[in-house]
Amino acid sequence: MKPAVFNYIRPESVEETLQLLSDYGDDAKILSGGQSLIPVLNMRLSTPKYLIDIGRLEGLNYIREEGDHLSVGALVKHKDIESSPLVKELCPILGEAIRWVGTTQIRNRGTIGGSIAHGDPSAELPCVLAALRGEIVVASLEGEDVLSPEEFFLTYMLTSMQPDQVIKEIRFPIMSKKSAFSFVEVARTHGDFALAEAAVILETDETETVIKAQIAVGGVNPTPTVLEEVEDHIMGKKLTDELLTEVRRMTEGNVDPESDLHGTAEYRRELVGVLVQRALKTAGERVKKGAGRHE
Amino acid sequence: MSKFVGQSVKRKEDLRLLTGTGKFVADLRMENMLEAAFLRSTYGHARIKGIETDAAKSLEGVYAVITSNDIEGEIKPLKQFDSHCILPPNLIEEIDPVINYNFEDVLAKRKVTYAGQPVAVVVAKNRYIAEDALALLKVEYEPLEALVNPFEAEKGDAPIIQEHMESNIQSHFLVQVGDVDKAIEEADYVLKKRLRTPRLSSNPMETRGVLANYDAVTGKFRVWSSTQLPYEVRSTIASLLEIPEESIHVTAPEVGGGFGPKGGVHPEEILIPYLSRMLGRPVRWIEDRIEHLAAARQSRDQIHDVEVSYKKDGTITGIKDDFIVDSGAVNYFALTCAYNTAYHLRGMYKIPSYQSKCRVILTNKTPNVPFRGAGRPEATFVMDRVIDMIARNLAMDPVDVMKKNMIQAEEMPYDQGILVKDGAQLIYDSGNYPDALDKVLEATNYKGFRKKQQQLKEAGKYVGIGISSFIEGTGSGPFESALVKIDLTGHVTAHLGSSPQGQGHETVFSQICADDLGVTPDQVTVVVGDTGVLPIGAGTYASRSAVNAGSAIHEASQKLQRKVLEIAGMLLDNEVEMLNIENGTIYAHDNPEMKLTFVDIANAARPSKSSKLPEGMEPGLQVLHYFVPPTVTFASSIHVAQVEVDKETGFVDIQDYSVVHDCGTVINPMIVEGQVQGGIAQGIGSALYEEVVHDKNGQVLTGSYMDYLIPTSMEVPTVKMVHQEYPSTRNPMGIKGVGEGGAISPPAAIANAVVDALTPLSIEITKVPVSPGYLRELIKEAERV
Repeated sequence: MKPAVFNYIRPESVEETLQLLSDYGDDAKILSGGQSLIPVLNMRLSTPKYLIDIGRLEGLNYIREEGDHLSVGALVKHKDIESSPLVKELCPILGEAIRWVGTTQIRNRGTIGGSIAHGDPSAELPCVLAALRGEIVVASLEGEDVLSPEEFFLTYMLTSMQPDQVIKEIRFPIMSKKSAFSFVEVARTHGDFALAEAAVILETDETETVIKAQIAVGGVNPTPTVLEEVEDHIMGKKLTDELLTEVRRMTEGNVDPESDLHGTAEYRRELVGVLVQRALKTAGERVKKGAGRHE
Repeated sequence: MSKFVGQSVKRKEDLRLLTGTGKFVADLRMENMLEAAFLRSTYGHARIKGIETDAAKSLEGVYAVITSNDIEGEIKPLKQFDSHCILPPNLIEEIDPVINYNFEDVLAKRKVTYAGQPVAVVVAKNRYIAEDALALLKVEYEPLEALVNPFEAEKGDAPIIQEHMESNIQSHFLVQVGDVDKAIEEADYVLKKRLRTPRLSSNPMETRGVLANYDAVTGKFRVWSSTQLPYEVRSTIASLLEIPEESIHVTAPEVGGGFGPKGGVHPEEILIPYLSRMLGRPVRWIEDRIEHLAAARQSRDQIHDVEVSYKKDGTITGIKDDFIVDSGAVNYFALTCAYNTAYHLRGMYKIPSYQSKCRVILTNKTPNVPFRGAGRPEATFVMDRVIDMIARNLAMDPVDVMKKNMIQAEEMPYDQGILVKDGAQLIYDSGNYPDALDKVLEATNYKGFRKKQQQLKEAGKYVGIGISSFIEGTGSGPFESALVKIDLTGHVTAHLGSSPQGQGHETVFSQICADDLGVTPDQVTVVVGDTGVLPIGAGTYASRSAVNAGSAIHEASQKLQRKVLEIAGMLLDNEVEMLNIENGTIYAHDNPEMKLTFVDIANAARPSKSSKLPEGMEPGLQVLHYFVPPTVTFASSIHVAQVEVDKETGFVDIQDYSVVHDCGTVINPMIVEGQVQGGIAQGIGSALYEEVVHDKNGQVLTGSYMDYLIPTSMEVPTVKMVHQEYPSTRNPMGIKGVGEGGAISPPAAIANAVVDALTPLSIEITKVPVSPGYLRELIKEAERV
């Protein structure tokens, strides 16, 4: 478990990083927190010629309120999101979901850009980003692109990023003060990869009728998946037990998980149905209490 | 008398271990040291047609590339352990065993028989280059049919894994007492089930590792290995390389966990010294986690077909067990785990008719060896699932079925009518099992739980309680050695043949020695893990160190104390009976002002013409004692798990875990509690998470921690413990072993609790781990009925 030979480069600026990527393209890999890449290198599943360490770059480490969204620099560490008052105030579902990322040790080093770039469909951030309809800002010498999660995530561990691009920023829409949310996940052990997860943001009117619903699931499709059909189905309705049972069945119909040692496809399909049902129920209860997003 | 034995004396080892200053093999570096890496089989079963080594050999920084051709005739194969294969004649007569000779070449010769088997070794300037060279090696394999199912492997037409054998059935035996067929015939009910325990990896925090340095001038080997058995490593290197034991000095430095698989000798422990001699430089190899999960020896993997006869009132009259052990490609330990299973199965219960028929079958998997529990978790899972199934069939509380069949206190010592593997009659020496059951039920508040359980279930919370009990033959022989000495400064040093992997040997044995010599544990240095001083030692396995090394140091210390007192008696001109040792000084009761220190005694005993010794006494203050136990001592324990099952997801949450246990005389309660808690952590792993999985070609699918799950501290509750202390009658201090016990019962206790949580839905757990996917299948199946 030792990596193959590589050249280690630590650029001083984003511009220099982009120049290096432009020069080396496919031969280069970006190293930020290293929480996914280092094991991959050690197992020689990837043998890049150049490792470009952006971990200490200035200027990609910020959490800012900008208009209708929260802008988070690619090098922000998970633990900084976890403890950010701004995240708690403006995008609390992110603060809750981030606690499910790995273990404390991983969250201390892992970066948000790294997690998104890794493209693991069972990861928490892509799921939340999909539910919120956030955006990913990628840059190359040619300029910047702003991509939706659907445009960005292609399939298991594969994104639409080109070899000369790097993630600069992730944009999480600011949640309405009237909304409530729930993020539920199950993993075999604490800190393990999710078997399935569901992110729900919900708003109801004074008659407890759903007026806004954002629902995404992870771990059950090749990419994080927005359940648009479910969202449309519950709009204008009250969250009755009957409706929640329908949601569960509908969720099962919208996912196509794979079998692995930790669960068959059938198990995961049923599981994610249960999770969406539970997440909606919880969000519904929270919005009713008005305590919603502060929980 | 005892001042330190029985106290939670702080561990001497912890200053090193908790400050990161302890030295493990991977911390040892020598000048000019080279590093090795192994090429391992990627096939379960295949012929080796050829290995292309030129590219690897010509890589800069590579010093050697070795395949089996290069060592032909120079290294003998690793064979099954004689000490485990030679059975006493009375046992042979009683169980009619067959044990076919089997072995493993240290590098695969002509064919590979399991994925992970060493095929070639590269020595290079460092591990990075060694791994670069591995990538350049090309092995041409011709795949053979891989046998991963023991029922297929034992068939007459199956390909033979060890080609000198006639079939893949490596060994078998039959144990019986009473008339089980008659019991089945006359029974009110007969339960028939197939129960399995998974294949497990042991996962010590420190993987294996070896460093060897051959000195061409003296012709001597210095070897450091992360082993439980430095003496066995020494003797195996000696016999495989055909050199005298005297020329090999093995040290087990700090060892970060062993659990059984480090209690054997692996191919790497032979090859690394060989390579050091060949290259004239120190060579080191450190196993990485990927290698560990594939190549370090594994365990469990038994399948039991049981038939149990019982009466309407829950009395069990007979058990007929036909079981197999899937041994992987080599069986190094003969009947060790298998016979442990057979003789422990009835546990705390009086079951008059019993038959256990076993076959140990070779398959294309990593060799199966003892691992914490060693055959007992398998037996206990079978017995306690059976108790639980009988209770449910009869609509009885499982506690009542346990009580109905349990050996009573007044029946101790209890004779189970068969033999222990050492040939002794299987007689439980001491204990009080009904009292243990009462105590643990009180600790877990069984009655209270049963009361609230119904309400909780009505509210949609599926909570359940499960019980498992075991007895454990601990402290097996053959012997252990201790040398205790007092130097001219008056300092006490003890050398032991049994070495630790984190258990705290230095602490507990200094407690015993301190009490015997009238000093404090701080005044005793315990030296372990080194073949340099004692001529012979056994090692740490089979929950045996406290019993055997403890007894050895106790006897040696007592003898030394007697010698000290006799010398003091002469110097003080007083009777030995009048003397007292306290804090390292000796004085007479009737004249406490006249004090002698160990320095005075050591000087008097110093070999010289002017030695001041009683007539006929040999000079010197050192005593070597070998303790040979008559047979094993029986520790016992009952575990109770309370769980909540999430019926929709299949997840199990352990909400409470209570244990009562008896390990005889407790030397250090804190260390005992740590052992029990740690064992339970591993038992929980087996109950809910762990399983080595192979595909049909013998590929290991659980090759990293992404797929082989182990519990973290978050999955392991703090265990409530109640201690019983029924001293063993088989050693001078009444000690019983405790190292393995915790791992034995959790699979059965947790499985029983899960079944209980889901009632009235009737699910039947017949294997572990109880993964959420498996549990959901069982729930759905039961709901369909």
